[in-house]
Amino acid sequence: MVTSSILVLFLLGLTAAAVLAAASKVLHVKEDPRIAKVEGCFPGANCGGCGYPGCSAAAAAIVKGDAAPEICVAGGAEIAENIAAIMGTEVSFKEPKVAQNICTGGSRANLLFDYEGVEDCRAEALLYGGEKSCGIGCIGMGTCVKVCSFDAIRLNADGLPIVDMNACRSCGKCAEVCPTGAIRVSGMTMDLLHLNKVDDCLAPCMQKCPAQIDVRTYIQQMKQGDMRGALLTMKERNPLPLAVGRLCPAPCETICRRNIADEGVAIHTLHRFVADWEMNSGSRVRLDCNPPSGHRVAVIGGGPAGLSCAYFLRRIGHEPVIFEKRESLGGMMKGIIPEYRLPEKVVEWEIQTILDLGVDVRNGVEFGRDVTLESLEKEGFEAVFMATGAWKVPGLGIENDDAEGVVDAVTFLDEVGESIDALSGKRIVVVGDTNTAMDVARSAARLGADVSALISCIQRKMSANKNEVKRAAELGSDLKFLTEPVRVIAEDGVVKGVEYRELQYDDPKKATGTPKPVEGTETVLDADMVVIATNRLVDVDALKDQNGEPLFEMDKKTGGIKADKTTLQTSIPHVFAGGEAHTGRNIIIQAVADGRRAARAIHHYVTEGEIPEPKNPQLRVIPESILKNMQVVYNIPRIRVPEISVEERRSTFKEEVKGFVEYDEARKEGSRCLRCGLTCYDAEAGAEYAADPDVSRFDESGKE
Amino acid sequence: MEYFLLFISAIFINNIVLVQYLGACPFMGTSKSTDVALGMGGAVIFVTLMATAITWPLHQYVLIPYGIEYLQTIAFILVIASLVQFVEMFLKKAVPPLYKSLGLFLPLITTNCAVMGVAIMVQRNGYSFFKSMMYGLASGIGFLIALVIISAIRERLDISPVPRVFKGVPIALIMAGIMSLTFFAFQGMAA
Repeated sequence: MVTSSILVLFLLGLTAAAVLAAASKVLHVKEDPRIAKVEGCFPGANCGGCGYPGCSAAAAAIVKGDAAPEICVAGGAEIAENIAAIMGTEVSFKEPKVAQNICTGGSRANLLFDYEGVEDCRAEALLYGGEKSCGIGCIGMGTCVKVCSFDAIRLNADGLPIVDMNACRSCGKCAEVCPTGAIRVSGMTMDLLHLNKVDDCLAPCMQKCPAQIDVRTYIQQMKQGDMRGALLTMKERNPLPLAVGRLCPAPCETICRRNIADEGVAIHTLHRFVADWEMNSGSRVRLDCNPPSGHRVAVIGGGPAGLSCAYFLRRIGHEPVIFEKRESLGGMMKGIIPEYRLPEKVVEWEIQTILDLGVDVRNGVEFGRDVTLESLEKEGFEAVFMATGAWKVPGLGIENDDAEGVVDAVTFLDEVGESIDALSGKRIVVVGDTNTAMDVARSAARLGADVSALISCIQRKMSANKNEVKRAAELGSDLKFLTEPVRVIAEDGVVKGVEYRELQYDDPKKATGTPKPVEGTETVLDADMVVIATNRLVDVDALKDQNGEPLFEMDKKTGGIKADKTTLQTSIPHVFAGGEAHTGRNIIIQAVADGRRAARAIHHYVTEGEIPEPKNPQLRVIPESILKNMQVVYNIPRIRVPEISVEERRSTFKEEVKGFVEYDEARKEGSRCLRCGLTCYDAEAGAEYAADPDVSRFDESGKE
Repeated sequence: MEYFLLFISAIFINNIVLVQYLGACPFMGTSKSTDVALGMGGAVIFVTLMATAITWPLHQYVLIPYGIEYLQTIAFILVIASLVQFVEMFLKKAVPPLYKSLGLFLPLITTNCAVMGVAIMVQRNGYSFFKSMMYGLASGIGFLIALVIISAIRERLDISPVPRVFKGVPIALIMAGIMSLTFFAFQGMAA
């Protein structure tokens, strides 16, 4: 009995073992042992972020050679290296990415109805796009939290997803399930090159800014004391915050929603405050750059547009070289824009920050003379960015406009402090309505000259910023509005005076159209020097090939190089143009914006060969974001920026607007920001200052 | 008629999971999504059939003649485990697509108690070979049905407001209990 049971079981086992052993030989499937090894390297989350159904499929693809060793999004660089070691290949650089929530609405958003259904964003979105009136915002049911296999997302008290940057593996599942697109996965290249889209959450200020700076975010970061974060947010869009913080006419402030309540937030002041914080701290905030990609780009011109383009190209990993005609970089910022508006050492600090990223510079190299498009191509540059600016001041086109003593404004400003250092008792006439004209007036007044300005329109129509005009007038310049020069009076070829006449609009009240001369108002003004500052144009002569044929098609309207408006590509495919060389005389932030647009286009051009058109770009202000009625609770006075006295200005070129804004004041100004989204805003912004004596409630002050 | 009744009764009236409480582990473990549940159910049907086909002759022609029926359990485990291993290897070589869809589940149910239960039950009830195969197939289908139903319920539960303490397995167990009660309603309809 016992023997037979043991025997039967033993035989059974033996048979089974024999069959299996035989089967393992006969039915053996040859499998590359590397597949198992590679699969062993993966975290095994089967997240699908690589595009393959599960880790084993990805491993098979890598071994087969269909996929690169770094495809695993969940694994870091270490895992990619281990896999590359198994496969015997090199790991190419993979930019880290992270999921981000772009919605700031949360409980601030208006509700269309009360949703009480299945707790899932996708389900809620099926009902009129969700309960919130804003179609692009976060629905807040946390579907992204549920699908995240790495436990990297949670909802905060306001119902908005917060991504744990360290836990996020950028598999993209959250972005895939989000019905409104409020959560997105992006890396540095995408962050730096992203052009605003109509379905981004854009506050009015961000829509109006040519450079699309994320004003809302950096003000909040500054307010919370995260100065480093605020600076990095600014530098995502603007590599020249010190210069822009001083020179920008701030179109953002005029569209600020706070204007409905009291006055726009002093965005410009806060921008400069954050930028100054870095400079005054003496050390630079580290900017991440991708490792060199091997794509070389020539940037012609080291002004704001060229610097901006080089900065963005370097950060996303390309290798720009700036070719500058003059001895130093900076373009108009260096030596032309006067010291009292933009000190030289500020410009130098700012340029050094960009050069420290690893941007090469060749000074004293002139385009057309030392380098040409052909020589650049031969040297291995895959793309060229033309940012030569608009430096040519057109002549007046009147009698004696070439007499000695008639100078153009760019030369004048360049020579201030060098050949022009004392103008005491001299009479100077400036012609033009530009910021440059005002700069000339202010510089000349400081040097002791008696300044008159012939301005061909009324003040409100001037192209100069209001503040600059005001400051020129404060220094005692005689601003003659609605006048134009008729002829320059010269004796032996030397200027003695200017004859001018008055102008008038057809309808003086409306002041539309071009003003016409008024007969019989000719007056003679004595002058030792006439400075022309009517306009600045692109120097067409410099943009010709050896045979004297123009290199580019020119735009008739702006006088600049003709280029596509989003990609800035010129009639020559590998050449891009931006800044004043493309737009004609313009503001600095436009040049910075052009530099970034060009960097985006060049990046796609050198890596992919074609430049994708942006989808749904935001080109003009989005109507639904302009609110008619708002309930802002607190009235907080706008920050006052200290300036040096008018008396002091007469004798010094020191910066007029003092930089010393206290952090507490900046914070208070920051608290005026309503943290606007596309449609939502903080009605109670500034509540923490409610007890201050200068803060009042709108209902008390009778407004609203 | 007899075969038809046996078939229906094995699927519904004596459902292997919900009435006989066999195979409760995969019933909870692999019922989170309907896709997985279908794969698992398919694998169980397949293995149950194979297991019945090999254990029935083993019992009839080896264990009974030698008078060692008391070794039934251990002998069945041994044979079924080897069989599943063999089948896995065979599928990998011969029918890769089937291996890909069932592959994950085969090792999971090597000696799943539902498989084991069917093999033993057919002997206890003294079914003929053909009847045993029939019973095995029906039990497997019953398992599949139960699994797919609960996985669908659990998918709905995932997006429903469930009190936090009940989230996950607890509420699934409650659902399993309710399903079991429902299936008991078939009791007494046929033998």
